[in-house]
Order: sequence, then structure tokens, then C-alpha cells
Amino acid sequence: MAVSQSVYPVARDESVAAEAILSLIVDNEPSVLARVVSLISARGYNIESLTVAETDVAKHRSRITIVTHGTAMKIEQIKAQLARLVPVRRVIDVLQEKDALQRELALIKVAGKEEQRVEAMRLAENFRARAIDTTHSSFVFEVTGARDKINAFIDLMQPLGLVEVARTGVLSIGRGSEKD
Amino acid sequence: MTATPVAKPDEAALAANAKAGAELLLDALEEQGVEVIFGYPGGAVLPIYDAIFHRDTIKHVMVRHEQGAVHAAEGYARSTGKIGVVLVTSGPGATNAVTGLADALLDSIPVICITGQVARPFIGTDAFQECDTIGITRACTKHNYLVESADVLPTIVHEAFHLARNGRPGPVLIDIPKDVQFETGAYVARADAQKRNCIVTPDVPMDRIAHAIDMLRQARKPVFYTGGGVINAGPEASETLRRLARETNIPVTSTLMGLGAFPASDPQWLGMLGMHGSVEANNAMHDCDVMVAIGARFDDRVTGRLDAFSPNSRKIHIDIDPSSVNKNVRVDLPIIGDAGAIMEALLEEWRRRNTEKGLEASRLSLWYAQIEEWRAKRSFAYAPRTDHIKPQYAIERLYALTRGKDVYVSTEVGQHQMWAAQYFHFDEPNRWMTSGGLGTMGYGLPAAVGVQAAHPSALVIDIAGDASVQMTMQEISTAVQHDLPIKIFILNNEYLGMVRQWQELLHSKRYSHSYSDSLPDFVKLAEAYGAVGLRAETPAELDAKIQQMIDVPKPVIFDCVVTKEENVFPMIPSGAAHNEMLLGGEVTGDEIGEAGKVLV
Repeated sequence: MAVSQSVYPVARDESVAAEAILSLIVDNEPSVLARVVSLISARGYNIESLTVAETDVAKHRSRITIVTHGTAMKIEQIKAQLARLVPVRRVIDVLQEKDALQRELALIKVAGKEEQRVEAMRLAENFRARAIDTTHSSFVFEVTGARDKINAFIDLMQPLGLVEVARTGVLSIGRGSEKD
Repeated sequence: MTATPVAKPDEAALAANAKAGAELLLDALEEQGVEVIFGYPGGAVLPIYDAIFHRDTIKHVMVRHEQGAVHAAEGYARSTGKIGVVLVTSGPGATNAVTGLADALLDSIPVICITGQVARPFIGTDAFQECDTIGITRACTKHNYLVESADVLPTIVHEAFHLARNGRPGPVLIDIPKDVQFETGAYVARADAQKRNCIVTPDVPMDRIAHAIDMLRQARKPVFYTGGGVINAGPEASETLRRLARETNIPVTSTLMGLGAFPASDPQWLGMLGMHGSVEANNAMHDCDVMVAIGARFDDRVTGRLDAFSPNSRKIHIDIDPSSVNKNVRVDLPIIGDAGAIMEALLEEWRRRNTEKGLEASRLSLWYAQIEEWRAKRSFAYAPRTDHIKPQYAIERLYALTRGKDVYVSTEVGQHQMWAAQYFHFDEPNRWMTSGGLGTMGYGLPAAVGVQAAHPSALVIDIAGDASVQMTMQEISTAVQHDLPIKIFILNNEYLGMVRQWQELLHSKRYSHSYSDSLPDFVKLAEAYGAVGLRAETPAELDAKIQQMIDVPKPVIFDCVVTKEENVFPMIPSGAAHNEMLLGGEVTGDEIGEAGKVLV
């Protein structure tokens, strides 16, 4: 890509790829998720995580939260393309537009031996993870937090007998009293 | 507690208004002003066809293949500025329409495609002629609907027309299960239909207009790069472009899709730009200091090598679709909105600023001197022959002999398309129908059918190639049946000409499967269909034959036998920049580097 000749300040670094969290407020109608997902695959973007559920029953609105990755130009393009979909009401670039909270929930199964079990429990406490299933040979921890925190917890469990991970994907909402 | 009696709707009145879904559909189409439907019947749309049988308000043109129906609707839409309407059945009817829908999506042509679907209880059971139409067409429509009940059908139709027409136009599909066509429901008028306000054209941003005028006043080498968006914005937008260009004295180039928005006969016109555009247009794009893209989307056929695209210009991009901005090329000043309204605002601001402080009349004289130098290369020159008809000559004669007539031209895709764009000149918008984005061979013949259906007394010519035309040749039968006297002007070189040209330039003349063997005798073929067949083989007989074609009040297939191995020049080879054009007569075979060969 040619270096921009723009006389206007470029909002973000044009060449560095970064993570973006996009929140979509959509009409909850048949195939809306398929429209979003097939657009993303058809245009060659990637999805790192995706969550969807109806959040306004009266208006039949759902919130879809997508974590994706790309250069600023690419992210702008993804946003513009998503905004073209008819059932998509709003596209919110969470990290850019808002002071936003992000949370993810993970269930993490660990099966370790004596000292490993003690260490796993100790770390879980530090991460405020709860053991929601315990046997003589295993734990299932429930942990919530930002993606980085969960990634760190999973990394720490790796040598302690990590067996399996289930994650919800990122949810996000703006801080303060305003509505998205 | 006793329940409060709820006022019940007058059931008798509702029942009186209740109609079958098929009737509701036609009522909605009528209210939307639909005059003609291009379609093909089948099991899942029989109730709709039955409803059509009972009314004479909407004309139906029966095609021979559903792809032809969509292209005909596109031709209708592009030549009238209205929405083209297609009606096809489920399963194969819908899948055959897919190419046309993808074509309309890439070229931003407003089309409504109504497909039948198996009855609701059968959906998902692999029923006869069932396919997942909504799933298949999701990626090739602007939006699509599966109609769940007759009650919502009128509202969906009105919303579909709103979507197809507004914003960046495009195809919208409505899939109607057969039992919904029989089910009764109440009609909802266009004014009452609850449309989602999903397409809003923003107000003209005056700060950006002022900024753009700042840039244009300072520019010493400006250029207008105009595309199909100007044509889609209506004839007034083309008119505004002409005034804007005249008053600013800025030269204009058009994309393949934008031909006719600015008159080809105007001295300020640089010709078409892009891969087979003129030397003056492409060099002006490369060397300009301010570029104003209006309703154009920086397509790869226009930009050539991206990292060498117009390196020293500041770019203003006027487009109705925010996703077109910064997609391929970073621009400095995007202005989102209707092309006509924005050009009008630019013109007003230009005038206001000029009354405040005039500009030097000679500010662009060096630029025009440079343009004249490029123009002097005469990049469309070719060596005429007396023994063979050169394809360029054939188009020049066709152009000359159709002056003073009400002419519309469609094309297929390939060399003939480029020659038509280069040598047939358009002074008005909506006169030129070609498949630009998708590059659909077989587009031109059915598109001509659609154009002729909209303009029964006009001269409608499909400039075709011998290979392309065979992809939808069956539609000549449609033309004969409906008395649509289209003229199919085939530049017959017995090759898939553009494929052969690329094989010559990229693959050392290994003409792998690009020779049209076993061509039909097009004259006899025309006669077999009940049309008129003509053939010209020498330049000497060409004019008389073309005149004969124009004069015959019937569909004509004209077999114009041309030089076999002629190439389209000038050409920006793959992987090259705008100022690295190849001209005719300087080709050695190694113009395209390894990096260029992988590009399409």
C-alpha cells in the first residue's frame, strides 16, 4: 500500500495490525448472524471470537460482539462493510470509540498431581477463579476477566495439568450512564 | 375481574380486503410503478403467474434462461433509471439467476428478483426444486427476504424497492414459498409500510465542500475521475457534472461504467481510463495534483499497480457508499453522499469563492499543454486494412452510421467490449450497458432485450463477440417472440479474443483452449430463430450491410468477420502503473513480469 499523501492527520498507525472489538446492534431476525459471518469470511477478514444473544426482547435487538485483527484501514473497511448490512443498526468500535469494559468467561479443566493441585488452587485464588467442579484428580475453574487475564491464567495452568478450555468470547459494554 | 372487551378489527372489512399472497405481490409491484417483469414460470411461482394472467397492468417478457431474465432487468434498469423486476421459480430458477444477481451487485444496478420457494412445510426436506435460495444469494444480493406469511409480503416488497433504489443501488431478492402465494392477507400501501430506516443519504457536509474547493482552487493539475455512480445519481447529476467541469475547466475522464455521464465529444474529455483507457486519461491520473473521484470505486482495472497509483496527488472521493472509501486507495478527503447533490454544492461554493476572488485564467494552461502532448500520441490509432475488416474499423463505422438515431448499446465481455468503449462514443448517460465489475460474458444480448422492452422504438445494439454471445444466444428467441428488434453485432474473430490476447502477452502464445472451434453459421442460426442474419467479410461491403441491419424492423444477428489476431491497445499490463502503458505495435512478449502474471 502506498504511503498516504494525506495532509490530514491519520487517526491510527496505517501499517500496524492490532486487535479490534466490534459491537454490533442488530435486528434479531432469521439469518442475521449468517449475514454477519458470511460477510466476514467472504471478504477475507478473521474472527477471533464472536458472541451473540438477544439483548432487547421488546425491540428484537441482539448484540453481536466480534474480536478481529487488522490494520486500521482494514478495520475501517470491516466496519463500513458490516454497517451496510440491512439488519445491522450500529457498529461500535469498542476500543476506539469508548471507554469500555470487556469481559470474557472461561471454564478451565485442570488435572494435576499433589503439589500441582495446591499450586493450581493458589493461583486460582489470585485470579479470583472459582472451582465449580472438584474431584480427587481434577478441577474445573470458572474465571472471568479481560482476555489478557484469561490468557495469562491459561498459560499458568499449562504446566499444572491443563486438560481443556471453553471460552465465551469477549463481551463489551461502555462505561458510564450512556447507552450504546 | 372481567376482561375489558377489546375492540376487534372489523373482520368483515378485513375479509373483504383480504387477498391471496400472489395478488398482494402484484398490487405492491403495481403501486411501485412496475411496468414490465422479466421472468420464467415454474411450479413454485404458478400462483403468481395465474395472477398475472388475470391482469394486463404489468407486461411480462418470457425469457429462455433465468440468467437472461436478470440481465434483461439490468438492461431495463440502466437504460431507464427505474428498477428492473425478475420473476423466477424455486431451485434451478433461483440458481440460474445467481450470475445475474452477482453482476447487478458489482455494478450497483437496482433489481428486484422474486423467486418461488417450496411450501413452508416442505422447507428443509429436500423437496422437489428446493434449494436454500436465501443462503445461496446472500453474498450476491444487497439484501434478501424469505417471506414468512402473506401479511408481511406487501411490506417486504415496499422495503425491498426502498433498498434496491436508495444508497448504492443493487439487487434485492424476495423468496416466496408457494403456500404464502395462496394464503390470504391484507394489503399494506407503500405509504403505510413500516420500512426500516436503514438507508439514509447524509446531508451535504459543507465544511468538506469548502475544503474541496480550497484544494481545487490551488490545483494546477486537477482531474475529475467519474464512474457509474454519476449515472446512478440520475440524468441531473450528469448535467451537474458538465456544468461543474465547464466552470472549473477541469478535465474529465470516465470509467467503463461511467461512459456517457460526460460527453465524449467535449474537448475537456480525456477518454476512458484504466487498463485499456487512453494515454491522456491514464497519464493525467498518474501526474495530477488533485484527483476528484466521483461515484467511482478505485477498481483494480482502473488503478493498475496500487503502490504506483497517482503518487503525487491529493484525492477527494465522493461516494454514496462509505465502504468504498479507503477500500483500495487511501484518500485525503472523503465526502459521503449523493453525487448530484455534492457536485451541485461544489459548484455553488466554486462560484461564491470566484466572485470573492477570481482565479487566473491561465492557471491550467501548462496542464492542458501537457494533456495535448499525450493526446498527440493518438493511442487509439490503428492500421486499417482493405482486405480484412479491422474490429476497430467495424465499431467506427457502426458509430458513424447510427448518428442521429436513438441508440442504446450493450456489450458482452472481452475485446469487443473494449473496442466498443474506445470507438463508440457516448454523449448521454443511460445509453451504455456493459458488465463492468463481474465481467459477465453473455450479458449483452439479454440486456439488449431489456433495453428494447423499455424503449420499443429505439435502435438497440448488442456489440458482441463470437464466444460471449453463445453463452446466452437462446435469448434471441425471446426477442423474436416479443417483437424486440435488437441488433446483435458480432465481431467474429473465431477466438476467445481477450483470453487469446493475454495468452499472447503472458504465456508465449500458447493458445490453450481459446480458439472457438465449431462456430455456428450465425446467419443460418438467425434464420432458424426467425430473425434476420447478415454477414460482412470485407470493408467494402460493411457500410451497406450495417445500413441494412439498421433498417430491418426485426431482430438481426450480424456476423462481422474481423481480423483474427488483433489486440486491444493501449494496455496497462498487469502489475504496471498508469504511466507504463503499452501502445499497439510495440509488443515484444516480455512486457509482463513474473509478479504481473499472477494478477488477473
